Amino acid sequence: MSLFSRKRVPFRGTPKSDIPEGLWVKCDSCHQTVYRSDIEDNLQVCPACGHHYRIGAWKRLEITADAGSFVERHNTLNTADPLHFTVNEEDYGARVARAQSQSNLDEALLSGFVTLEGHNIVLGIMDPDFIMGSMGSVVGEKFCRMVDDAIDARQPLVVFTASGGARMQEGILALMQMAKTADAVRKLNEARIPYITVLTDPTTGGVLASFASLGDIVIAEPGAYIGFAGKRLIQGALNVRLPEGFQSAEYQMENGFLDAIVKRQDMRAFLGRLVRYLSPSNSHAGQCHDQT
Amino acid sequence: MNDTHANTTQTEDGKLTAWERMEIARHTRRPQMLFYVSRLFEDFIELHGDRLSGDDPAMVCGIARFEGETVFVVGQHKGISTDEKVARNFGMAHPEGYRKALRIFRLAEKLGYPVVSFVDTPAAYPGIRAEERGQGMAIAANLLEMTRTDTPIFAAVLGEGGSGGALGIAVADYVAMLEYAVYTICPPERCAEILWRDVEEKRQAAEALRITAADLLSFGVIDTVVTEPAGGAHNAPEEMVAPLAAEIRAFLAKHKCGEWTLEKRRAKFRRFGQWHENQT
Repeated sequence: MSLFSRKRVPFRGTPKSDIPEGLWVKCDSCHQTVYRSDIEDNLQVCPACGHHYRIGAWKRLEITADAGSFVERHNTLNTADPLHFTVNEEDYGARVARAQSQSNLDEALLSGFVTLEGHNIVLGIMDPDFIMGSMGSVVGEKFCRMVDDAIDARQPLVVFTASGGARMQEGILALMQMAKTADAVRKLNEARIPYITVLTDPTTGGVLASFASLGDIVIAEPGAYIGFAGKRLIQGALNVRLPEGFQSAEYQMENGFLDAIVKRQDMRAFLGRLVRYLSPSNSHAGQCHDQT
Repeated sequence: MNDTHANTTQTEDGKLTAWERMEIARHTRRPQMLFYVSRLFEDFIELHGDRLSGDDPAMVCGIARFEGETVFVVGQHKGISTDEKVARNFGMAHPEGYRKALRIFRLAEKLGYPVVSFVDTPAAYPGIRAEERGQGMAIAANLLEMTRTDTPIFAAVLGEGGSGGALGIAVADYVAMLEYAVYTICPPERCAEILWRDVEEKRQAAEALRITAADLLSFGVIDTVVTEPAGGAHNAPEEMVAPLAAEIRAFLAKHKCGEWTLEKRRAKFRRFGQWHENQT
């Protein structure tokens, strides 16, 4: 593909999971004791109750894209420290470096070209553990560049979100990424490129209130925590018990904010159908077959 | 709040901490949106309702006349009396409020009039009903719409520019900010809780977040700082009117010369952020 200077990047990740250490584990959700390996072999979903554990960006890539198809993009951006932000003597630069070494990612958003069930797409994956998957300048800029990739290549954009919101350590500049990414979606819309978002646990705050919600199709994983304001904040402000299942994917579905809830084991096939049916190359526009 | 501090008129302004500015921005006697509406405009017709599910008194919208010209107005009003504060939910809008503002952006564009937006909110409301009706979606929709609303948008941050709740009506061509107003990604108390795990670190968090008008000007997020009377606008509200009117007047004059274009607005937001790029 001559449009881009593609660089083949080998898979360099160590899949990260939030399942407790040990041979046997007690499921966070159903509290049944299950083999750790049974969860891992089951895409990190509890075989007993179907609880979807959080997974890191590399693992998500592995279970989503066709093997060997990933061409990473935009991993040369390095977070600056515009506020000179320091918490308890750890400056922001050190905080980012710590997250980088723990995740083997450059930032909370991994992006690149892949094929999914044989279809070319641009794929973005957020990592829930990279400073809580928060959006700072680099995540915002990478998102915009992914959009440009999707427009230039005329390929659908699929983004898995997992985020605690805008990144506090970048202050107002992180907040501005909400408007910046919304404008990128506007470009995508004008270019008529399909945009699919998959909301995974957790998708909250400034990410929910910007590019995550703006998908043409918005999907979620079962049980994912999806909300604008955090549960604790709401509970603290109102001093009331929150309804059962408040801000779960199922709750968002019932209130009309999701197109579908799709189990992890079905996600690849589901996305495969969507991108196959919606790829720009399938568009009927300009294909008149009138014989008269 | 610390009234003794905010009532002082002899404070050397340069020495105020971010937290002290936050207190001025939240001062109970600080002039609010409807004060400015009554002083800046010859007439104001309030418009209600989001045409979907309700009307949000925290978000005030309408048609106004500014020096003989029509403008559309959106903004948050916190309320003055206790009853009014409760009725207006302390200026924290629900999705209905953001959808009402969205209606106004579209209407202003259709009819070809500029929008004047007054920002003064602690946050978009964090509540059960707000979540149920899609607070995240409502704000996202406004952000997207404001990048395509083809009519000039002027925003003034009057007091608290609270996070997405503020930005949801502030994707503007030109943003003016009052000298003691703050504009922040999250309330310092909340930041202190999360990053320092201690709400008492709020002063330090306020400092670290760089929320003052001077900070925002240095980042290019706002375009100008409007000087306030000594100690804050609450000490002499009437003195605040003329400088704000001057900002709106200048904005409208530039509009007539074709200064504000969608391309410029988009380019401004596209530039926000700081990073280093490695050449590999």
